[in-house]
Amino acid sequence: MLNFLLRRVAIALPTVILISIFVFGLQKLLPGDPVLAMAGEERDPEVIEFLREKYRLNDPVPVQYLAWVKGALTGDLGISLRTNQPVTELIGQKLPVTIQLAVMALIFAMVIGIPAGILSAVKKGTVTDYVANVVALSGLSIPNFWLGIMLILLVAVNWQLLPASGYVPPSEDLWLSIKTMLMPAFVLGTALAATLMRHTRSAMLGVLKSDYVRTARAKGLAERRVILRHAFRNALTPIVTLTALLFGELIAGAVLTEQIFTIPGFGKLVVDAVFNRDYAVVQGIVLVTALGFIVMNILADAAYFVLNPRLRKQ
Amino acid sequence: MAVFLIYRLVRLQIICHQSCIGLRMGSAMVPGRIVDEGDRRDMDRPLLQVEKLKFRFRGQSQDVVEDISFRVGRNETLCIVGESGCGKSVTALALMGLLPRDSVRFGSGEIRFDGESFAPSDHDRIAAMRGDRMAMIFQEPMTSLNPAFRIGDQIAEAVEQHRKCGKAKARERAVEMLRRVGIPAPEQRMGEYPHQLSGGMRQRVMIAMALANDPELLIADEPTTALDVTVQAQILELIAELQAETGMGTIMITHDLGVVAEIATDVAVMYAGQVVEYGPAEAIFNDPQHPYTIGLMASVPSLTGPRRRLSTVPGSVPGIGQMPEGCRFSSRCPFAAPVCASRPDLAEIAPGHRAACHFAPLDQRLERRA
Repeated sequence: MLNFLLRRVAIALPTVILISIFVFGLQKLLPGDPVLAMAGEERDPEVIEFLREKYRLNDPVPVQYLAWVKGALTGDLGISLRTNQPVTELIGQKLPVTIQLAVMALIFAMVIGIPAGILSAVKKGTVTDYVANVVALSGLSIPNFWLGIMLILLVAVNWQLLPASGYVPPSEDLWLSIKTMLMPAFVLGTALAATLMRHTRSAMLGVLKSDYVRTARAKGLAERRVILRHAFRNALTPIVTLTALLFGELIAGAVLTEQIFTIPGFGKLVVDAVFNRDYAVVQGIVLVTALGFIVMNILADAAYFVLNPRLRKQ
Repeated sequence: MAVFLIYRLVRLQIICHQSCIGLRMGSAMVPGRIVDEGDRRDMDRPLLQVEKLKFRFRGQSQDVVEDISFRVGRNETLCIVGESGCGKSVTALALMGLLPRDSVRFGSGEIRFDGESFAPSDHDRIAAMRGDRMAMIFQEPMTSLNPAFRIGDQIAEAVEQHRKCGKAKARERAVEMLRRVGIPAPEQRMGEYPHQLSGGMRQRVMIAMALANDPELLIADEPTTALDVTVQAQILELIAELQAETGMGTIMITHDLGVVAEIATDVAVMYAGQVVEYGPAEAIFNDPQHPYTIGLMASVPSLTGPRRRLSTVPGSVPGIGQMPEGCRFSSRCPFAAPVCASRPDLAEIAPGHRAACHFAPLDQRLERRA
């Protein structure tokens, strides 16, 4: 297992390097000059020169890249051109918010999507199956911003059950924090639930036809146990893969949802940084997101180990 | 009264037959014993009696299986033989209640298990006995075990389910069963996963699982088809041994006539969803009466005698919806005549020996011709 994981990490390293080069290169290709934006209306050549020197923008690109990598390895991703805060600090502030949102959204997605998928596979071709599919399709096709606004209108404004927007850190007030995040997590979760439901359904349909499920029935096990233990366990592999990928996507930020619920998360940080040509922040965010994806993939691989005994021997 | 007499005669025949096969086979049968009145009553009641079982799948115009009747006694082995697609496996699955509930439509039929009678569509009754009083092993040992669980847990699960005993007791039983089916070092094997075992070993595990609750009836659906020839013999021997130990009734589904000759007490020959010939193994082998049975026998290569071209039954089994009216075998039968447009009954031609052919018994026909 350890061996396998180490190998996975070793394979991931070149990916990370490539991503960092790519991210850095793309930034240089973007039109617009951040220094001009910073220098203000007068565009005093001295100020511009000073800023270029300060941010080492006069060095050749490879040198800039190496300097950035060196910093990144020690946890220093540079300083935001806009707010003058260290990028690591900015990310450190926003990442937990986004992770909380992602985890809660994923919980919604799994709690809704997986049971619905199992149910519609078991009841294939019945009314239950059709209803689940229609609901899933609507979950996929209803835009997040619309659902978000409707929820705010209904739940927060009309019924006054939950706060309409904002963010409370869990360290301050855990219950309030969860309550505030409930609606945005639900909005994000429903769309993912639909995807998860479709994948769970197809994985379960495949497994339910297998010989070992027939054996489990022949043993006289209750149908519930046959489905939840014997079938579901073997259908988990694609579900785990998908969940890991979905989590990675969620970390990359849910810009719209964060905007609607005014959550100070990653999504908002990305948008602001891109609009302001805040190189250092964009680079930092993309790097962290990419790392997040890679870590989730490795975790998914580790999960296969637990799920599939056939992998363990090799 | 007459029916009863015939029935007694059939039974007598089977009992006699059993003892002579027992002599022939030596090991698998219980030693002969003096039958007293109580015992006879017990023996008159077959373990399993299937009457006119008939069903089709949703959306099909003809029955997959039509008017299947047979019986299995304790310590007896009924072999169901026939080509692929003749309905042997679905019949077994129907008995076990393992056909998908929403797509199968039972037309008629009655199952009597140890004197209790119920409809084949009575899923709950069947489910209650499944894995406990009747068990099944399948053709594909490679895929019939769950790849995600240790084999010990898979066997123990079956025990726990029905005996309602604790985990420790169930595991003890699992070890015992693994030992009984001839798996070396059973304690260590308990913790292994199916992919660590060979096909033959997996089939042994399947047998251990099926027999863990001492079922009265074992249904084996081509248990040796996917195995090497040497392993095949071991598995059949194992089943015969366990049958002799426990006295269970066995239904063996196979298309291997060699296997049938070895183990059968009775044989049911199936063709296109119907039983076309049914009787004691000896009668079927020595005096086959249905043209299809004769064709099957002739298509087995012989080790002795002059080498000749292997005979085959021409054509193939008609699909559902394309069955000929009347006798379903008529489209391939060398003896087919106009009378075959009407359906022949599965008529008794000798005590206990039934054939569904207008021309059976064949001797009579030949005599008539002469």
